[in-house]
Amino acid sequence: MKNTGTIALKEIKSYLTSPMAYIVTGIFLVLTGTFFTTYLAGTAYSDTSIRGFVESSQLLLLLFAAILTMRLIAEERKLGTWELLLTAPVRDTEVVLGKFLGSLAVLVTMLVLTLYYPILLEGLGDPDWGPIGTSYLGLFLLGSTALAVGIFASSLTSNQIVAAVIAGGILAALWLVGMAGGTAPEALGEVLSYLSLSYHFNDFIRGVVDTRAIIYYLSVTALFLYLAIRSLETSRWG
Amino acid sequence: MIRVQDLTKYYGERLAVDNISFNVEKGEIVGFLGPNAAGKTTTMRIITGFLMPTRGDVWVADCNMMTNSLDGRRFIGYLPEAIPLYTDMTTRDYLEFSAKLRGLAKQRIKTRIDDVVDICRLEEYIDVILGKLSKGFRQRVGIAQAIIHEPEVLILDEPTIGIDPIQVTMTRNLIKELGKECTVLLSTHILPEVSMICERVIIIHEGRIVAEDRIENLSSILSGSKRILLEIQGPPKKIARRLEQIEGVQQVRVEDSNYIVEYPPEQDPRPKIMEAIVQGGWSLLSMGSVEMSLEDIFLELTTEEEEEEEVDE
Repeated sequence: MKNTGTIALKEIKSYLTSPMAYIVTGIFLVLTGTFFTTYLAGTAYSDTSIRGFVESSQLLLLLFAAILTMRLIAEERKLGTWELLLTAPVRDTEVVLGKFLGSLAVLVTMLVLTLYYPILLEGLGDPDWGPIGTSYLGLFLLGSTALAVGIFASSLTSNQIVAAVIAGGILAALWLVGMAGGTAPEALGEVLSYLSLSYHFNDFIRGVVDTRAIIYYLSVTALFLYLAIRSLETSRWG
Repeated sequence: MIRVQDLTKYYGERLAVDNISFNVEKGEIVGFLGPNAAGKTTTMRIITGFLMPTRGDVWVADCNMMTNSLDGRRFIGYLPEAIPLYTDMTTRDYLEFSAKLRGLAKQRIKTRIDDVVDICRLEEYIDVILGKLSKGFRQRVGIAQAIIHEPEVLILDEPTIGIDPIQVTMTRNLIKELGKECTVLLSTHILPEVSMICERVIIIHEGRIVAEDRIENLSSILSGSKRILLEIQGPPKKIARRLEQIEGVQQVRVEDSNYIVEYPPEQDPRPKIMEAIVQGGWSLLSMGSVEMSLEDIFLELTTEEEEEEEVDE
């Protein structure tokens, strides 16, 4: 566990010293802020909710998660530091979890910075904090799932761009499978919808916490972290 | 300290290491000598736990690296061929991270960083970003990283490659110094380097061990005959024939006006060669000794082995 912390801390330091995390966070705040405001303007400021922010940030989170995680393992392979990490007395699981926690810190920072929106609403009107809280829970779960997918993609290659494209592909597929679910015959459609990242999100916006949704996001996260660990193990047999 | 048994590694279809076995005893400095793509790096990667072999076993400090890699890795300090540096870190941050990964306690990390900075002479570069260091200093940081946890086994993959001659000398002395404290296995394709640093040498070629012995014994095998290169002006056939007649000369090879003469070390025919040239009325333009190249040695060792095998049959 100590090793996980060491690696997470190293990743956080690395995010702080390179421009990527700042750029991603900056763009995220500008875009979500714009959608937050235009939504409020659209309702003539009658609906004091953060819906505009939440709906726009779902896809942005997927995109930015792919970008934030693309270097985590791919770059180590390229630099050769991979050899240092995999020959240190550290479990492969600890390496992957450390990387995941490091990127999770950036996600949490991004989300904490957007708390500005609901606080603004509180100052201007009387927002309903229930859906706001569940929306944040949903964004956190969705974001961490996307990070896990990104880490898995990054473990497959030494090329960061390729890693980002693979992560983007997997995330887009998981997102869009819900739409396919809508048109497919009943039973199959339900299965497809259930597998989809988007299907489970709507409850959170409405202020409903469905344990199935939480379990879904946590298990997809766990699945991709597990696949990343297996991918490391496999590389030793290469 | 290191025990390698029946180690075989395939990369897909390609055989990289072919059933090799050897031991490295505690306190030894052993050289792993071979040309590029001989299987040195692969073997070292398996010993350090970075790769798994197709077949065979490796023990480091009595830990089986296949089944108990995590414990085994604690004993090992490793400098890979490509120095594993995070280019966005400073030397200090990097050494601290390496030390933490090896599980050093906080207090010890501080003193050990001071120690290795001193040993590898990195004082001036302690707060420099690693990406800005020259190759020679990167190498030193790489060694510092490998010894930060005072490992019992040090594995160095081509530790002197690509750095300038002064730094090469420094690195060699450093390795000799480190060899007093720990067991060292280092790989190289530079022949003289092995005799300078190592007590014992394992020669590997195309994934197989072709020779393994102490330096003293091996160098007598390797220098079974000495060679000189002569440049002589005159009729080549006549000169070659005359040279071959001289007592002690084993073999003469002619290339244009260059003659490579082989002779046993205990019987130096050079004065006689000089006499013969003067008598023949030819002119000697240059004379120099020819080092046996690694390729020559492999040729010698591998062909000798084949001859022996034929005899066995």
